[in-house]
Amino acid sequence: MEPAVLTGEHFLNGDVACAEGALAAGCRFFAGYPITPATEIAEHMSKRLPQVGGVFIQMEDEISAMAAILGASCAGAKSMTATSGPGFSLMMENIGLGITMETPCVLVNVQRAGPSTGLPTLGAQGDMMQARWGSHGHYEIIALAPASPQEIFYQTITAFNLSETYRLPVLIMADEIVGHLSERVIIPDSSKIKLRSRPRPKGRKDRFLPYRPGANGVAPMAHAGEGYMVHFTGLTHDEKGYPVMTAEAQAEMVDRITGKIRKNLDRIIQVERYRLEDAEVALISYGISTRSSLAAVDEAREQGIKAGLLRLLTVWPFPEDMVRELAKRVKGLITVELNLGQIHLEVQRCAEGRAPVVLVGHAGGSVITPEEIVEKIKEQVG
Amino acid sequence: MNGSTSSQKHPLDGLLRTDRIPHIWCPGCGIGTVFSSSLIAIRSTGAEPMKTAVVSGIGCTGRGAGYVNLDSYHTTHGRAIPFATGMKLANPELSVVVFSGDGDLFAIGGNHFIHAARRNMDLTVICVNNLNYGMTGGQAAATTPYLAKTSTTPLGNPEAPFNLPLLAYACGATYIARWTMLHTRDLTQSITEALTRTGFSFIEVLAPCPTGYGRKNKLKASDLLKVYQEKAIVKNGANPAETILDLEQGITLGKFVEYDRPTFAQNYKAVTSD
Repeated sequence: MEPAVLTGEHFLNGDVACAEGALAAGCRFFAGYPITPATEIAEHMSKRLPQVGGVFIQMEDEISAMAAILGASCAGAKSMTATSGPGFSLMMENIGLGITMETPCVLVNVQRAGPSTGLPTLGAQGDMMQARWGSHGHYEIIALAPASPQEIFYQTITAFNLSETYRLPVLIMADEIVGHLSERVIIPDSSKIKLRSRPRPKGRKDRFLPYRPGANGVAPMAHAGEGYMVHFTGLTHDEKGYPVMTAEAQAEMVDRITGKIRKNLDRIIQVERYRLEDAEVALISYGISTRSSLAAVDEAREQGIKAGLLRLLTVWPFPEDMVRELAKRVKGLITVELNLGQIHLEVQRCAEGRAPVVLVGHAGGSVITPEEIVEKIKEQVG
Repeated sequence: MNGSTSSQKHPLDGLLRTDRIPHIWCPGCGIGTVFSSSLIAIRSTGAEPMKTAVVSGIGCTGRGAGYVNLDSYHTTHGRAIPFATGMKLANPELSVVVFSGDGDLFAIGGNHFIHAARRNMDLTVICVNNLNYGMTGGQAAATTPYLAKTSTTPLGNPEAPFNLPLLAYACGATYIARWTMLHTRDLTQSITEALTRTGFSFIEVLAPCPTGYGRKNKLKASDLLKVYQEKAIVKNGANPAETILDLEQGITLGKFVEYDRPTFAQNYKAVTSD
């Protein structure tokens, strides 16, 4: 057996750093299907999982990969899959199953430019709304966006911790640029990595109600083989997990699975504020686009313009209150993202007309340059 | 004191979620009989019930997971096998049974069946074949006989059906049997064998759907049972390529295939434990 946490200084691309983050988080089951630019995650897991007593399986498609990680999680394993646009589309139905059965797992989308086959080898951030609403029905999701190999390492651990704490599939919305970018990655000592585990049942097995929530709105999870004789279904169900086909049961279940996220926003949402204290123009960005945004803020400040950046580490749930508050005190907001305006719609919604909101973005295939952003900042204050 | 209520207890009550009865299956439907045989087989293995998990897809048969008092998972349409694959690999001590219908396992889920068989994944797959999609009202399936009438083939089915044992054999399943729900003793025996062996086991069970398939083809449940009785050709060990499922010519039944080869998990362990 090799160590799961490769403590030390490494030079890794984002995909490999993600895989190492998963192992450090305790992931011991990976099911996947090859797809550019996420393949290296599967390749690395295929090499590393047997070294730590885990299992890797290459499935016949992304539909089965998503199904397999849910099954593994129901048997007690921390599980993960990784994909890109076309595969992400195929995973949508079983993301909904994971939401409804409340099954922890992590799904990495190393985004490439779409729609359809698009630009397989070039980055984009075009799946952000799909991440939010891609599976049918009304639900809440958690999605993180990393900007570097180091950050995807940590965010993968965070994603597992959130999925375990709140019992749902958590998405890491990376992109081709972060996935294929090699940089220094420092992996800390395992004692420095805080891990969370799903809440577990206590008390009499015959009285256990698999969907009776605990204090934070999350129900303890019994695994297959433990004697609780649970029933899990994608149908609308009651506390017993039994199907109930009524509007009342639907309201109760959907309120609960959305409520456990909505009531814990402060614990879930993470952002970084950069030079925002006195900012007159605020950039809002996430993932790879934050790197250009940071450079643009510094360049604008050099030119005497008070610019700042709200960097979203968590994109979903969207930090609505922070954007509302920002809109009240700046002259303008600029969304920076590699699409034609997805998170931009959220920024506009939360700005509520208090400040003008403009977009710096394109359809994907190359990074946004700091110069493009600086130009837009100047327009905003001009 | 034994009151009258205790005499009304069904011998399989311990394996049933009795608080979910009555079930949704129609009068004359064959799924219940297959379900009973499966529970009797699970009990007869003597294995601890808590070490058996049942996984279903969507459809009438897929509701089976909701009635069994074991760890049970009612998943998405067609995806019971990959869900079960993840479950089995994460906890190899579990005996994982997939209980689902022909539409679920062989149309929308066909790709997963062939690959799980190829991998010799250690699962027991029980397919109730009622020749159509029952839950949605009797549409054509990948098993509907040529020229049969369904609600989506009102003029007769232009397609040829799968011969499931042959498909399973070609894909590498290591245990293959076909029975009808009339042959409960043989069926229970086959399920018991499948549960106690290692490898990908596939059991097809023909069962009438009087509401869907029967009504469109002017076959009452009893008519179909008569066909099962009269057309059955029990031929254990038959070459799967020579088995037939033809309501007029005959229906080959039996345990056709049983052989050993390493499972996915065994091979994975061998390959990765250097």
